[in-house]
Order: sequence, then C-alpha cells, then structure tokens
Amino acid sequence: MIRYIASRLLSLTLSLIAASIVIFAVIEVIPGDPASFMLGVNARADTLAALREQMGLNDPLPLRYFNWVTGMLTGDFGTSWTYKTPVADLVNDRIWVSLPLAIYALFISTIIAFPAGIIAASRRGGMGDVSIMGATQLGVAIPNFWFAMILVLIFAIKLRWFSAGGFPGWDNPFLALKSLTLPAVALALPQAAILARIMRSSLLDNLGEDYIRTARAKGLTRRQALWRHAVRNALIPVLTIIGLQFSFLLAGGIIIEQIFFLPGLGRLIFQSISARDLIVVESVVMLLVFVVIVVNFAVDLAYAAVDPRLRSRA
Amino acid sequence: MTHFTKLLPILLGGSVLALTASMASAQTDITVAIQLEPPNLDPTGGAAQAIDSVLYSNVFEGLTRFMADGSVVAGLAESWEISDDGLTYTFMLHDGVTFHDGTTMDAEDVKFSLDRARAEDSINAQKGLFADIADVMVIDPLSVAVTLTQPNGMFLFNMAWGDAVIVAPESIENIASNPIGTGAFAFTDWVQGDRLELTRNDTYWGQPAALEAATFRFISDPTAAFAAVMAEDVDAFVGFPAPENLPQFEADPRFQVLVGNTEGETILSMNNKMPPFDNVLVRQAVSLAIDRQAIIDGAMFGYGTPIGTHFAPHNPDYVDLIANSTYNPERARELLTEAGFADGFATTLKLPPPSYARRGGEIIASQLRAVGITAEISNLEWAQWIEEVFTGKDFGLSIVSHTEPMDIGIYANPEYYFQYDNAEFQALMVTLNATTDPATRSDLLAKAQTTISEDYVNGYLFQLAVPTVAKAGLNGLWLDQPTAAVDLTGVTWSQ
Repeated sequence: MIRYIASRLLSLTLSLIAASIVIFAVIEVIPGDPASFMLGVNARADTLAALREQMGLNDPLPLRYFNWVTGMLTGDFGTSWTYKTPVADLVNDRIWVSLPLAIYALFISTIIAFPAGIIAASRRGGMGDVSIMGATQLGVAIPNFWFAMILVLIFAIKLRWFSAGGFPGWDNPFLALKSLTLPAVALALPQAAILARIMRSSLLDNLGEDYIRTARAKGLTRRQALWRHAVRNALIPVLTIIGLQFSFLLAGGIIIEQIFFLPGLGRLIFQSISARDLIVVESVVMLLVFVVIVVNFAVDLAYAAVDPRLRSRA
Repeated sequence: MTHFTKLLPILLGGSVLALTASMASAQTDITVAIQLEPPNLDPTGGAAQAIDSVLYSNVFEGLTRFMADGSVVAGLAESWEISDDGLTYTFMLHDGVTFHDGTTMDAEDVKFSLDRARAEDSINAQKGLFADIADVMVIDPLSVAVTLTQPNGMFLFNMAWGDAVIVAPESIENIASNPIGTGAFAFTDWVQGDRLELTRNDTYWGQPAALEAATFRFISDPTAAFAAVMAEDVDAFVGFPAPENLPQFEADPRFQVLVGNTEGETILSMNNKMPPFDNVLVRQAVSLAIDRQAIIDGAMFGYGTPIGTHFAPHNPDYVDLIANSTYNPERARELLTEAGFADGFATTLKLPPPSYARRGGEIIASQLRAVGITAEISNLEWAQWIEEVFTGKDFGLSIVSHTEPMDIGIYANPEYYFQYDNAEFQALMVTLNATTDPATRSDLLAKAQTTISEDYVNGYLFQLAVPTVAKAGLNGLWLDQPTAAVDLTGVTWSQ
C-alpha cells in the first residue's frame, strides 16, 4: 500500500510540474501586452516602459517562471497587475462562492440522479424508465446556460422569488444560499441527467451479475437484491463520475457565473483573461489543476481501498 | 384581556402610522449597474474607463470638472487667473476642503498631484495632459501657480479629466484599493467581482448629495443585464449593453429610458500609410461605399448620431460634414477605377470586441463587397487589438469608438495608428493649442474638422450612444457622457 501511495504521489508531483510549465507557456504566448492594455490608447512610450518595469515584464521568461513557481510553493501567488491586490486574497474571496456553488450543485444533482437512476433500472422498459430516460436525454442535450436563462425568466423576473443574480456574502447564510440556488440548479440539471444515466446502466450491469442471481436464489426479491447488493456495487463508477463532475463544476461555472453575475473563480478567470492579468490567470488555473489532480489522487486511493488487486499491481 | 383590548387600537394605530411613515419617506439610496468593473480604484494609474465611471466627481475631484453637457466649470479651484502670455495659470482653491480621511486639501496636494502625474516614472495613462506643465508652485495654502512651456488653450479642459484629479500624499499608497478623495461620496467597501459601495460625505465642502448611499454593481452579460433590470435588482443601468431590449423598457411604466451621446466618435479607421489607403481617392471611395444609417440601424438598433468628421455633434463647435461622404456606391466604384482599382482590392478589417465593432464590421464588409473591396474580418480581443492594430499598425481597416473628449488632436500625430501625416493640419493644431480666444478657436476647430473630412482620413460613422435604463422616479442622472462618469452628486428620487 505504501509503495502504491508513493507511486501515486510521484505521478501527482510530475503532473503538477508539467501542468505549471504548460500553463505558463500557453498563457505567456497569448498576444496582447498587459501593460499597453492597462494604459489604453493614449499611453506614451515612456509611461509604458515605466509600467512594464514595475510589472516585471522586462525580466527574462525563465526567471519569471522560476519566481512564479517558487512563490506559489511558499503560498505567495503574486500581486494582480490590474487589481493591485495579492492574488491569494482574490482567490480566497472567490473560492467561497465557487466552492459552495459546486458542492450545492453536486448535492442537487445527486439527490435527483440517484432515485431517478434506481427507479429507471428497477423498472427497466416500463413507463417510469422510458420517461426518466427521455428526461435525462433532454437534460444531457440542453446546455446549462439555457436552463439558467429559463430559471431567471421564471423565478426572478416573473415570480420574483429570487433575485436575478449577485451574491450578498456569507454574513447571512440564508440569503447566500438563496442567491446560489438558481445557479446551482442550472449547473446541476445537466449533471443530474448524466449521473442518472450512469447510475441506471451501472445498476443494470450489476443486476445481470452472478452474485445477484445467487442472492435471488437465496430467496431475495428482485427489489431486495437491488437495494442490498446491486446499488452498493453500482456506486463505484458513479463515484468516479461524481469526482470528475466536482472538478468540472468548480472550474466550469464560468458561463453560469457570468449569467448570474456571481463573484466566483470562473468570473475571475474570465475578467483576468480579458484584462491580460496573466499572473491571476496562471495562478487560478494552476490552483484548479491542483484540485483536479488531488481529487483524482483521492479517487485512486479510494479504488485501492476497495479493490486489493490494485495495491498488488503497483 | 382587558389590557389587550385597550392596547389593540393603539397598536393598530401605531403600525398604520409606521406604515405611512415608511411610505412617505423617499428612497435614499441607489443601486446602479454598469458593465465593467474597475480593475482598481486609482484614476491616475490606468486607462480603465470603469474607474472614472464609479469615482469621477463622486469620490475624486479635480481643479476643474465636466458638467453633464460637456462644459468645463470650476471644481476644487474656486477661480483662476491666466497671465497675459497664457503661460501661467494661478488657481485659487476653495477654503475648508478636506479629504475623506480628514486631512486638508490645499495647494501642496495640488502640487503633489500634478508633479506625480507628470513625473518620469508616472504611469498616468493620459500623461500627455500634463506634458506642457513646466512648473507647479505653491504660493500659499489656497493658491497655486502652474506654469506652462507653451500656451495651451485646452489646459482647463485637460484639468477636468479623471486622470487629473487631486490626490493626497497621505493616502496615495493605498489609493488603488482605498480611494480617498474630496468628493460628495466617500468610498466604503468593494467586494471585488460583485459591488462597490459609497456613502454620503457629510462634511462635503460643496452642495451635499441627496442620496445617502450608493452601490455599484458590475454586470457585463447582456442577458444578465436585462434580467437584473427586469427583476428590479438595480435602480439604474448606465450603458445598458443590449439596445435590442430598450423598446421593451420604454413600453414598461416601471422604467424610463434615457439615450444620450458619448464622446465616442465611432469610425472606420483606415491605415493611411498602407497602400491602397495612402491614396485619397481610395479612402473617399471607401467612405462613399458605406451606408452609415444602415450600420446604425443594423448594429446599434437605431441608437447613434451620424457624423461626418471626428467631432462630437453635441459640441457647440461641431460642423455638419456628413454630405462629404453621403452613401453613393456608384461614385465609389468610379473613384476606385480612377485610382486604378477597377477590379477592387482585398484588405483586412480587424475588429475589437464591442458589439458596435463586431456587428458593424459585418455590415461594412458586405457594403464594401458591393463596390468590389474584399475586407477579411478578424475578431480580436482588446489587448490583441491594441498590440496588433494600435501599436503594431498592422491593419487595413478597423472599427473603433474614440471615446476621449475633444481628441481631434490625434490627427496631428503622424505616429497615431491611422498614420495621417498632414503638415498643414499639424500646424493648425499648434495654432489652436496656443489660442485662448473662443471665437478664433471655433474658426480653427471648424477648419480642422473640414480638413480631415475632405481628406477622408477615416470613414466617419456615428457618435456612440449611451442608453441608460432607470426606474421611474429617479432624477438627475447624466443623459450624455462628456466623460465616462456616473455622476450621482445630483441624483434624487421623486416620490
């Protein structure tokens, strides 16, 4: 087990180093000089030169990469060029919107998907199955920003139950959760559709296995066999998908955050890219990569805990 | 029980009173949405217009200031004297002005602000405004003399810009996150990515604001903007990003729609150094091939005032030169033949992100195609546009709105991205800058407008409109935008 964890940790570290090089290289080659963007069209050459010097843009690339990486290792993500505040502070503010939003969406998606998948699988071919599969088909096909607009139209503009967007802060948790509800639902619906379909097919696979037949032979009804044995085993692929979905929800809420003007990480990346605030983009993307890699690492460990064969293979 | 029955009428009466009281008291705060969030809060250290949108006149003030109609009036300077040679401006400052942190605003602060803006390592985006200043001298705490290297008829105008506001050495270090000015509102809080809050400055030296508090929200997505106004999450949206929704707001009694002019001359810029645009006939042909009303209707849903030169139509010195480039595709084709391009030519049309450019670009490309000019469209982000088009001058055509006020002087700079090099025009601008007599200035400005219009330096399209959607009952918002400001000092609610 220790050897397994060590090998996973090594690959985690290598992935992070590779990611940092790729992110830095890709973002640095984006055309557009950050200094001239900040100073606009009336900037004079001497002003530009002064600002470039202040921003450290005149340093050679390898030095800038080195400074960036070593800074991050000590928790110093640098200072945003346009916001002129430490990137760590910016991220800290934004993550308390994006993280709860991702968890909220994942929660909604799971409580919809699990029952839907189980009902569909247990009534395979029946009306319930057909209608749930039809609904998930729609859910997979319709993009979440469209859901978002429909939700705003109905619940914010027509019914006035929710505000159309914005985030009041966590001082009042009820208001904060309320403001995250429409975005979470919009994010969750397509995810729920995917998850329900996977839940269903995974259950159906398990229902065809020998151990279910054994359980039935021992006198369990189909329903009992499904609940006691199949659901637990079917959860393994479902958990993998949930892990992936969490990473996606954390990073992928850009459009939803735009539509609901939420001050989250996605919107921060979006604003920073258009303002050429490269240091912010690099650091936030690196942070997201880190989260994804760590989540994968956790999933790997969970597999190993469940399946002893993996441990011996490593 | 008896106690309760006795109390009941009192209780009822009390609550009715309370209710009427709350109904009678007018709203004393405002939530204003704008599209872009300021990247930081230092108006003297970057070009972002959103900084001025939030802070100009509300938080920061200069020696002079713009009014809603674009005129320049006294600000922190109560009055001024100009020496006979036009070189020395002596400003007399208002007495008793304090910054929001309680420190006094005096001549030393003026000297500090102007010296800082023109310093060698200054990162003021409009450093050119201060280029003529030779010296700033404190005479006494309430008067300061600014000496220029040459007479500058624009000097008082220049001092009204957001980039020329007066700041204090005591608070300069944290100005980007904690702006301390002298304005009618003081900065209270900024939740980055979400909102910025101001509260009334009760020790303001001038007429205090009617509003007690103001919140700015930043909503860039047009769909979100529509939803926020419809759901009444915001009281006003200045610079509403979706003109197609305006008729719906106009028809809704809950809202009022104000469509004003900006200082933004939207032009089809041409690379005057790059063949074939170095040929005036070709430039004229391009200008005549464009149907500006079709562009205003198609790209801006009818909002925008046609222009025939690089000057704002609401300016008293504006000359109507639209007739110089009336839509005439037949004549455009003749001109192209005359210039040796009977079969037309191919060029690039590089577009920055705003919808006036992207939507307008499609229309212009098809209008140019009709006279034989193939314009290959490429969509650029702002940073890329500045690098490729503005700095790199690597373009044939582009569309952009020039939002700086009174910026006809850019035509005197042959290095400016459209690279118009006309010695006569340059001399004209030198004379204009040195002239302070209003009548002579008007004549010179008229001549300048005519020159660039007849030289077809660029295709002149329209003055960019700024639509504001506000709740009914809100008064005092600026209709026009002489500078990118959402000045709330005169805003009131009527009940």
